Amino acid sequence: MKEKQLVCGNVALSEAAIRAGCRFYFGYPITPQNEVTSYMSLRMNEVGGVFLQAESELASINMVFGAALTGAKAMTTSSSPGISLMQEGISYLAGCELPAVVVNVMRGGPGLGNIAPSQSDYFQAVKGGGHGDYRLLVFAPSTLQEIVDYTYMAFLKAGEYRMQVMILMDGLMGQMMEPVSFPEMSESFSYRNDWALTGCKKREPRSIKSLFLEEGVLERHNKSLQKKYGEIREKEILYDTFLADDADVLLTAFGFCGRLCKKAVEELRGMGIKAGLFRPITLWPFPGEVFTGLSKKSRKIFCVEMNAGQMVEDIMFYADNKNKVGFIGRTGGGIPSVSEIVKAVTGKR
Amino acid sequence: MREIYKKPEALKDNITHYCPGCGHGIVHRLIAEVIDELKIREQVIGVAPVGCAVLAYNYFNFDVAEAAHGRTPAVATGIKRALPDNIVFSYQGDGDLAAIGTAEIVHAANRSENISVFFVNNTVYGMTGGQMAPTTLEGQKTLTTPSGREKKTTGSPIKVCELLSVLEGARYLYRGALSTPSNILKVKKAIKDSFQIQITKKGFSLVEIISPCPTYWGLTPLESLQYIDNNLLKVFALGEIKNTVR
Ligand SMILES: Cc1ncc(C[n+]2csc(CCOP(=O)(O)OP(=O)(O)O)c2C)c(N)n1
Repeated sequence: MKEKQLVCGNVALSEAAIRAGCRFYFGYPITPQNEVTSYMSLRMNEVGGVFLQAESELASINMVFGAALTGAKAMTTSSSPGISLMQEGISYLAGCELPAVVVNVMRGGPGLGNIAPSQSDYFQAVKGGGHGDYRLLVFAPSTLQEIVDYTYMAFLKAGEYRMQVMILMDGLMGQMMEPVSFPEMSESFSYRNDWALTGCKKREPRSIKSLFLEEGVLERHNKSLQKKYGEIREKEILYDTFLADDADVLLTAFGFCGRLCKKAVEELRGMGIKAGLFRPITLWPFPGEVFTGLSKKSRKIFCVEMNAGQMVEDIMFYADNKNKVGFIGRTGGGIPSVSEIVKAVTGKR
Repeated sequence: MREIYKKPEALKDNITHYCPGCGHGIVHRLIAEVIDELKIREQVIGVAPVGCAVLAYNYFNFDVAEAAHGRTPAVATGIKRALPDNIVFSYQGDGDLAAIGTAEIVHAANRSENISVFFVNNTVYGMTGGQMAPTTLEGQKTLTTPSGREKKTTGSPIKVCELLSVLEGARYLYRGALSTPSNILKVKKAIKDSFQIQITKKGFSLVEIISPCPTYWGLTPLESLQYIDNNLLKVFALGEIKNTVR
């Protein structure tokens, strides 16, 4: 067992990126992810990487684009308003099939909203956000160790599929502290770069672009993107369950709400109610088929979110009967309490 | 037989899509000639803008990336930070650089990113059909200034070199024009200077090139060159606007 370190979520994320070999970080300050920029400004120096405070999130995502097209491991992080500003760049990265890791430490919205934790960017992360038919592989960690593990995995998968991976977490996950263990620096891996722009020494010149004007070429490009997304749907789905197999009442939640629901399940079981939890870890691809199977066994399903009801649309879509599905949510930075969840579950029974 | 003129190695053998009399083709050729002369073709990574020059990778015979509209300097920054020993240039139009991408160019200059910027100023948005650009002259008719650009409501032409000259990081700022052979040769020299500044790691340099757009100026190619000398150069001063490298 590796030695554990007590860190906050934002630092867990940053150090995990460094351990995965990320040496290019571009970011712009925004609460509640400022620990990342400050940590990276120190740490990149120590490991001989590049930290650059960009002039805006528009610039930071496009700097990531520039570093990524050389085959480097690059990352940017932000919170909701900044991620909105990055959507054009995210779409270009997708169109050009570049590997990159983008982290959204969500805060309350819409607009400037507030700096309290939120999960209201689920739609943006999972259903698009930028223009065009593209997908992001989206990980939603629920513990700080998961932040470490999935950040590391994000770099791996970004390189493997040459695509963007998003870590979707919230301000609470970013700020809270837990002991975690990091992978060894030496375990790091590198990306293939036989597609990258590195100067045309001893090879034909390359170009990286997302403009395809010739008749039919853009459609072919889209088909090949969809094929890749299809492969990811088949291979990369991750989820967690807790006492779900015999659950009469199935709670569903992602990220921080997954932790709350685990506690709620324990309390409900203590009250003699056969409760369980289904927690998607990849929000895209969504673990729909597994969930359909579980939903058949349960009498009632609740989706718990820190938003007005976003993942619940997918839950309803995949549930064997959408009339079973109820929603428990708070908006604007509100966090549902365990007793609130328990009450809602028992009250609605 | 002695060969006195040929296509530079840094250009592909493709026919360009540019309109007759357009300056982009000349600028491409000048960049390519300089790259050949400096023998840096295998180290160069160019960044093409969204604008008429978006297809530059079809013409340049070296690695070229395509950036989102205006973000060219940010993309060039990412490339140069990752590969500091490669030669990176950003190629931009006036809409790309002086409107949608104003922040990116100002901050790349201010950080003195060790890149070269080639800024083709044709005073209009060519790709989208000839709308007003930030560099459009007062009184100039465009698709969106049908009775001529009016200072009162749309401001006056932005002089990019002068604007950037106050930034310490902007080491070399040169404005040239494609109106005469001698002016064209001066532009070539400036492009070479810019690359050499980058090779010797002296920081940010930009060459602004006043370039004809006969199509959206409503002039013949020849008239366009006269229009540059008679009208544009009254507003845009030629020569070295700043040089703190020497
Ligand atoms: C975000 C965004 N906004 C608008 C456009 C449309 N657009 C494409 S090129 C262009 C202007 C190009 O003008 P300029 O930079 O002066 O270059 P030129 O075509 O004249 O060489 C615009 C507005 C776009 N592609 N992306």
